[in-house]
Amino acid sequence: MSEEKYIPKSKLGQWFDSRLPLLSLAHHLRDYPTPKNLNYWWTFGAILTFCLIAQIITGIVLAMHYVAHADLAFESVEHIMRDVNYGWLIRYFHANGSSMFFLAVYVHIFRGLYYGSYKSPREMIWIIGMLIYILMMATAFMGYVLPWGQMSFWAATVITSLFSAIPIVGDSIVGWLWGGYAVGSPTLTRFYSLHYLLPFLIFALVVLHIWALHIPGNTNPVGIDIKQPSKDTVPFSPYVAVKDLYALIIFLIITAGFVFFAPNILSHPDNYIKANQMVTPTHIVPEWYLLPFYAILRAVPDKLGGVVVMFASLFILMFLPWLDTSKVRSAVFRPLYKIFFWVLVIDVIVLGYMGAKPPEGLYLLIGRAATIYYFAHFILVMPILGFKEKTTPLPISISDPVLDSDTKTTNYR
Amino acid sequence: MIQKQLITGDNFVLKKLKIIIKILFIYPIIIVSANNSMAAEGLDLLKNKWSFEGLFGTFDRASLRRGYQVYNEVCSGCHSMKLLSYRNLSEKGGPEFSREDSKNIAASFEVIDGPNSEGEMFTRPGRLSDKFVKPYPNVQAAEAANGGAYPPDMSVLIKARKDGANYIYSILLGYEDPPEGFELDEGVYYNKYMPGHNIKMPNVLFDGLLDYADGTEATTQQMAKDITTFLTWASEPSLEARHKIGFKVILYLIILAFVVHLSLKKLWSRIESK
Amino acid sequence: MSISYTILVTIIALLILFLCLSWVFVSIKVANKEQKEETAERRYFLYTASYALGAVAVGAAAWPLIDQMNPDASVKALATTEVDISSIGLGKTITVLWRGKPIFIRRRTQEEISEAQNVNLNELKDPQKDEDRVKKSEWLVMTGVCTHLGCVPLGNKGDFGGWFCPCHGSHYDTSGRIRKGPAPTNLEIPKYEFVDNNTIKIG
Repeated sequence: MSEEKYIPKSKLGQWFDSRLPLLSLAHHLRDYPTPKNLNYWWTFGAILTFCLIAQIITGIVLAMHYVAHADLAFESVEHIMRDVNYGWLIRYFHANGSSMFFLAVYVHIFRGLYYGSYKSPREMIWIIGMLIYILMMATAFMGYVLPWGQMSFWAATVITSLFSAIPIVGDSIVGWLWGGYAVGSPTLTRFYSLHYLLPFLIFALVVLHIWALHIPGNTNPVGIDIKQPSKDTVPFSPYVAVKDLYALIIFLIITAGFVFFAPNILSHPDNYIKANQMVTPTHIVPEWYLLPFYAILRAVPDKLGGVVVMFASLFILMFLPWLDTSKVRSAVFRPLYKIFFWVLVIDVIVLGYMGAKPPEGLYLLIGRAATIYYFAHFILVMPILGFKEKTTPLPISISDPVLDSDTKTTNYR
Repeated sequence: MIQKQLITGDNFVLKKLKIIIKILFIYPIIIVSANNSMAAEGLDLLKNKWSFEGLFGTFDRASLRRGYQVYNEVCSGCHSMKLLSYRNLSEKGGPEFSREDSKNIAASFEVIDGPNSEGEMFTRPGRLSDKFVKPYPNVQAAEAANGGAYPPDMSVLIKARKDGANYIYSILLGYEDPPEGFELDEGVYYNKYMPGHNIKMPNVLFDGLLDYADGTEATTQQMAKDITTFLTWASEPSLEARHKIGFKVILYLIILAFVVHLSLKKLWSRIESK
Repeated sequence: MSISYTILVTIIALLILFLCLSWVFVSIKVANKEQKEETAERRYFLYTASYALGAVAVGAAAWPLIDQMNPDASVKALATTEVDISSIGLGKTITVLWRGKPIFIRRRTQEEISEAQNVNLNELKDPQKDEDRVKKSEWLVMTGVCTHLGCVPLGNKGDFGGWFCPCHGSHYDTSGRIRKGPAPTNLEIPKYEFVDNNTIKIG
C-alpha cells in the first residue's frame, strides 16, 4: 500500500502532528485505500466494531444498577427491568446484543474462510481475530451468569467443572475458580469483575486487529493483490464508510426486531427462575452461540478427552493459515473448496443443533460424525485440497477482469 | 461469474441483502426450534387468543383489573409476588387503577416495618411504595405450610415457563380425574398439562368463586384468562411501551436506511461511471 | 379498538413504505436520465437528509442511556415519613431521615421564637419572616443540609444561637436563616403537615 506522506497544512497542525501523529492517523483512516470490489460480507467488520462499542456502553450503564451478590443479583436485574428509566430497553439490548454480536462474528469468520482472508500476508489478523473470538466467548459466558437465574447458575457450575478434568490439579483449580465449595457469591463477584474487564481487552485486541489489517490492506472477493491503487481502490471515507453504515442500519433493524418484539426468544425461560443450588433444570443448554462447541464436548465419551477436543476445536483455527496449502485465496476460483466450505457451514449448524438436543441415541451419533468432519475439514481436507485442486483462472486485476489465457493461476503474485 | 464479482456492490444490494438477512435468521431460528421440540412432553397446550400477543399487542385493562382481584382473593394465600409494588398497579401500561384506588389497596394490607426507636418491629397500613405483602415470611415456612412444595413466586412466572401464558392458562384449566390405572401420590393432584401430570397445587378455580367488581360473570375460564393476563403484565410490565417504541424505532430505521441507500448510490455512481 | 388501530398503523406504514419506494424508483429513473448534469442540489439534499436523520437517531438512542441515571420509579415513589413528636422536650431537636437527607425537628423555646420573630428583615441575607418558615411557631421543621455545599450543620452552635456549619462556617439563627458565612440561602423547609398534635407527616 503506497500512501503519500501526510503533512498537515497549518503550522499548529504540523507542530502537533510531529509530536503525536493523531492527524496523520485520522488522515490515514479516512483515505485508507480499500479495494473497490468489496461486497456486503465485508461490512461485518464495521458492524462488529459497533457491536463491541454498543455492548460496552450498555454494559457500563447496566453496571450502574446491577448488584453482584448471590442474594441480590436476580432482584437487581428485575429492578433494572421494572424501575430504572428505560432499564428494560438497555438490558434487552445488551442481552440480545450479545447474540447479534456472535451472529455477526460468525458471518465475519466464515467470510474469512470463504475468501481466504487468513492467508499470507494476513496471518496476524486472523490469529488476533481468533483471540478476540475466544475472549468474546469467555465474556459472554460470564455475562450470562450475572442475572443469577437457574441457567446462569448451572452454566457456571458445568463450565467451571470442565477444569476438574485436568489430572491431579483439576479439583484445586475448580475450587480456586469458585472461591468456595460450590458456585456462589464469590464466584459471581469475580465473574462480574472479569466481565467488566474483558471487553476492554477485546477492544485493545480489536485495535491491533485493525492495525494488522492496515499493513497489507483488505483482501477482496477475487483475492488478488491490488495492482494499481488508483484504479483498484477507493478511499475508505466516504465510499466504504457509507456502505458500512448502510449495512449497519439494516443490521440494527434486525436487532431491533429481536429487542422489541422477541426479546426472550434467544434465551431460556429457566433463567427467569432464581438460582437454586438444590435443583438442576431438566435440560440445560448454553446460549445458542456456544452450542457447536457444547456438542463437540459431549461427542467425546471421556471427561478429559471431551474438554481437550473442545478446546482443540477452537485452537485448531489458529493454525489455519498453515493448514490451508492452496495458493489461491478466494473460493470463487476454487470449485472444490467452495463445496467443502458449505459442507463445513452445514456441519457447524448441525453441531449447534445437536448441542441443543439431549446427548443420546441418534443425536449423539450425528454429533460425533459432525465432530469428526469438523476436524477432518481442517486437518485433512484443507491441506490436501491445496495440492490436488484444479483452480479456475484468476483475473489480472480487480478493475480489469479480462483473462490472460496463458497466465492462469501462475500470475498470482 | 467473474464479471459479476467485479461489479462494485450496489447493483446487487437488494439481492445480497436478501441472502444476508436470510442467513442472519437461519441459525438462531434453528436453535430455537430445537429447544421448542424439547417441550414436546405431554399434551399440546390450550391456546388462547391473547390481546398482548403480536406486534401491536396491548393489555386488556379490564382483564388486568379482574386478574388482580383473582390474585388477591385466590392466589395470594399461597403465592407471593415479591417483585411488585402497590404503586405498579397505577402505573402506565398496567391495570391503571387510579392512584387513590392503589393507595386504598395498599392500605388494606398490614406491612411489617421497623425497627422503631425502641428496637421493635411494628405493623402499619401499606403504602404505594411497599412491595406486595408475602403470604409466608420465607421459603421454608411456605414449604412447611404446603406439604413440602414451595408455591413459586409469581412475579416473573410467565417468562419462566416455555410459552408461559398458554402454559399457566392450560394448567389452571387442566385439572381432571386421573385416567384408569394412573398412580397418584398422596397430596398430589392430576393435571393434564403438567409435565408428569402430578401437581401439588389443588384445583382452585370454580365457577362463581368470586364476585367481580365490574360485574363480569366469574366463570372458571374467565378467571383463568384474567389471572394469566395479570401475571403476564407482572412478568413484563414494559410490554406496551416496548411494542410502541419498537414500532417507531423500526419505522425510523427503515426510512434512514432508504435515505442512506440513496446517498450510497449517488456516491458510488461516481466510481462506477469511471 | 385495537384491531382498527393495528389496521390504521399498518396502512400508515404501508403508505410510508410506498412513498419511500416510489422515491427510490423515481430517483433511480431521474438519475439514469440526467446522469451527466446531475444537479449538485439534489445530491446535497440527500446527504443533508442522511446526516439529519442520523443525528436524530443518535440523539434518540442516547436519551435512554442518559435518562437511566435519573431517579428511578422506586426512588420517586419513596414514602412519606410520619414522625411521632410527643416525646420531644422543650428546646430539644430530633433528626430523622427522609429521602436520604436529615430533617431537623426542633421544639423551640419561647426565647428562641421571639428572637426569631424580632429580627430586622433588612439584616438578613435571605429575608424571610419566621412565620413563613413554620406552621406552628413552637415547631421548626427543616432540612438539615447547609445550602452552601451540603454538609449537615451542628445544632445550638454559632453566633446566632441556631445552627453552625463546620465545613465552611455558615451561621444560622433560631429560624434556620443564614446570618453569616458563605451559604447563600436559608435552610430549606420540606413539605410537611401536622396529622394531629403529636404526629408530623413529612413529604
